[in-house]
Amino acid sequence: MAKIYNLLLCAGASCISSGGYSFRDKLVEELKKHKLEGMVNIVETGCVGICELGPVVIVYPDGVFYKKLKPEDAKDIVEEHLLKGRVVQRLLYKEKDSEKIVQQATQIPFFQKQLKIVLRNCGIIDPESLEEYIGKDGYSALAKVLTEMSPEDVIKEIKDSGLRGRGGAGFPTGLKWELVRNSKGDEKYVVCNADEGDPGAFMDRSVLEGDPFSVIEAMTIAGYAVGAKQGYVYVRAEYPLAIKRLKSAIKKAYEENLLGKNIFGKGLDFDLEIRVGAGAFVCGEETALMHSIEGQRGTPSPKPPFPADKGLFGKPTLINNVETYANICQIILKGSKWFSSIGTEKSKGTKVFALAGEINNTGLVEVPMGTTLREMVYEIGGGLPNNKKFKAAQIGGPSGGCIPAEFIDTPLDYESVKKLGTIIGSGGLIIMSEDTCMVDLAKYFLEFTQDESCGKCPPCRIGTKKMLEILDRISKGRAKQEELDLLIHLGEQICKTSLCGLGQTAPNPVLSTIRYFKDEYLEHINEKKCRAGICFKKKK
Amino acid sequence: MDREKILKKYEPTRENLLYILHDIQNSKDEKYLSEDDLVAVSKYLKVSRSEVMGVATFYTMFSVKKRGHHIVRVCVSPPCQLMGSDTVFNYLKKTLGVKEGETTDDNMFTLETSSCLGVCAVAPAMMVDDDMYGNLTPEKIDEIITKYREKKNG
Repeated sequence: MAKIYNLLLCAGASCISSGGYSFRDKLVEELKKHKLEGMVNIVETGCVGICELGPVVIVYPDGVFYKKLKPEDAKDIVEEHLLKGRVVQRLLYKEKDSEKIVQQATQIPFFQKQLKIVLRNCGIIDPESLEEYIGKDGYSALAKVLTEMSPEDVIKEIKDSGLRGRGGAGFPTGLKWELVRNSKGDEKYVVCNADEGDPGAFMDRSVLEGDPFSVIEAMTIAGYAVGAKQGYVYVRAEYPLAIKRLKSAIKKAYEENLLGKNIFGKGLDFDLEIRVGAGAFVCGEETALMHSIEGQRGTPSPKPPFPADKGLFGKPTLINNVETYANICQIILKGSKWFSSIGTEKSKGTKVFALAGEINNTGLVEVPMGTTLREMVYEIGGGLPNNKKFKAAQIGGPSGGCIPAEFIDTPLDYESVKKLGTIIGSGGLIIMSEDTCMVDLAKYFLEFTQDESCGKCPPCRIGTKKMLEILDRISKGRAKQEELDLLIHLGEQICKTSLCGLGQTAPNPVLSTIRYFKDEYLEHINEKKCRAGICFKKKK
Repeated sequence: MDREKILKKYEPTRENLLYILHDIQNSKDEKYLSEDDLVAVSKYLKVSRSEVMGVATFYTMFSVKKRGHHIVRVCVSPPCQLMGSDTVFNYLKKTLGVKEGETTDDNMFTLETSSCLGVCAVAPAMMVDDDMYGNLTPEKIDEIITKYREKKNG
């Protein structure tokens, strides 16, 4: 056996949770047994994206993709593939309809439609290896910024790229950077919002687990551009693996003087710390998040003042989310022209969507903005299990709404989705079949936001509770028809009067399902009927 | 590590409050923050007791009541609900013989819920302490629970 193999083992939280490490341990044991440890390199990477098939491994140089691995499969991979050069057929990916066996990861339709900018290194490099990150052009963006560009140049480049915030609101990123740069004050902060709490969204976790250096480098560039010497990454405590890898990456960056004083010998000082949450969804809201970093209760404050003027510790603060930062280095390296050539007229670049719910291929998908929902569901997602009929997709989690089947050809970009009364949000995409009751779905989301409401402002605290009571009565067939109008009225008022984004968007799932599935609500009220057969069965 | 050592690890500034509370809670078998803990933290940071209590009770991952050695958090987010987390949750309640928020008689497990664990692609999911488990079925749950019980006995 002359050649040396690299085994890329997905060590994202999804693959680990389906037994990835038990497989790894067995693999190491088998390699030892055959004295192959020296010839085979196991690289634990971040999320490969196709979580449904996990645990997965890609064997290089052949590029063979093995899926749904159990510990006992390690023996075959070692004895057949590594020793005898015979691909283990039974562990390969099969196309659903044609039953065609696909050997290479690149030939799987799930990957073919994707364009990876944010997730470019996820599943390819060892996330804790600075060398591998540098091998993939890591830190060339910071080098370019510090040697060739003024802070104004950096901001212009980001502005020209058309990048907009990926956390939900879609605010132009370059403009935000400029506001912070122009804000008066010697002390400024750069913050990364990694408090990804939207049910159904998990791209930020994957970036931190799979490519933490890209966020660290981007935040350093941001520090240079806006004039901040201190950065914070606020990560939710539910993501221990992301915290561990980010911690290790920060430590290595300090060791190589990529963080700290006089970075690259170019006079830039930038320190970076992690702050860990403690289970409060509202901390994803930027003002609440900053209070939590300060060690306070994570409740939001009214805006203005905006963080750019008065943020963390009362100082001008730049706050972007993980996915937004993950775009920055590529924009610097490849230029704003390249970036703005991707996507639609007003929504530039790519968006990472988290495909979940009733869909064959669940996982993370990065596509150019403007990719249609149909492409997502049928080409990338591989359709619904058991050929069930697509009913709707919930987009943007508890702050978003649904896109019903009749609008399946909608391009997924900020504007088109907004026209349907919903938002891209953080990019959660939950696919639902005819077996889902829309009243029940709306209730779940409202239960969620009602539970997570911090209680500071009455519209959100009391309003969502009242809405939930009405919804509950509807789902039990005890509501009157007038109550549906009251529900809409309440929802609209809560949107207008709540203090922060949580309350302002909490009624969206309800309003959106009423908009497209009013007949289902009326059936529950008038006929005590749930066409999905869910509501009246429940003993809740 | 005892409480004094944990406190000394951090500068006495307010922004370290969450870290300190996490560390103290994790250092204890009963995974909670006692009255004494809160008083000690308040003295160390020179922050009033009510403020410390306010923070400790705001965040769902802190508890001021005694809990079990292991915290089981079942994800009850809509993606998990769609994939059958109700069944998983009910099965856990039955197996452990507790309701939500309660601790088993042997003080091994406390059963809690989480609004989203962020592993929606392998729903339904749960977390035991820092370890994530996905694609749950009753059989898998039995395996996991047995593993933790055996670890304690063996």
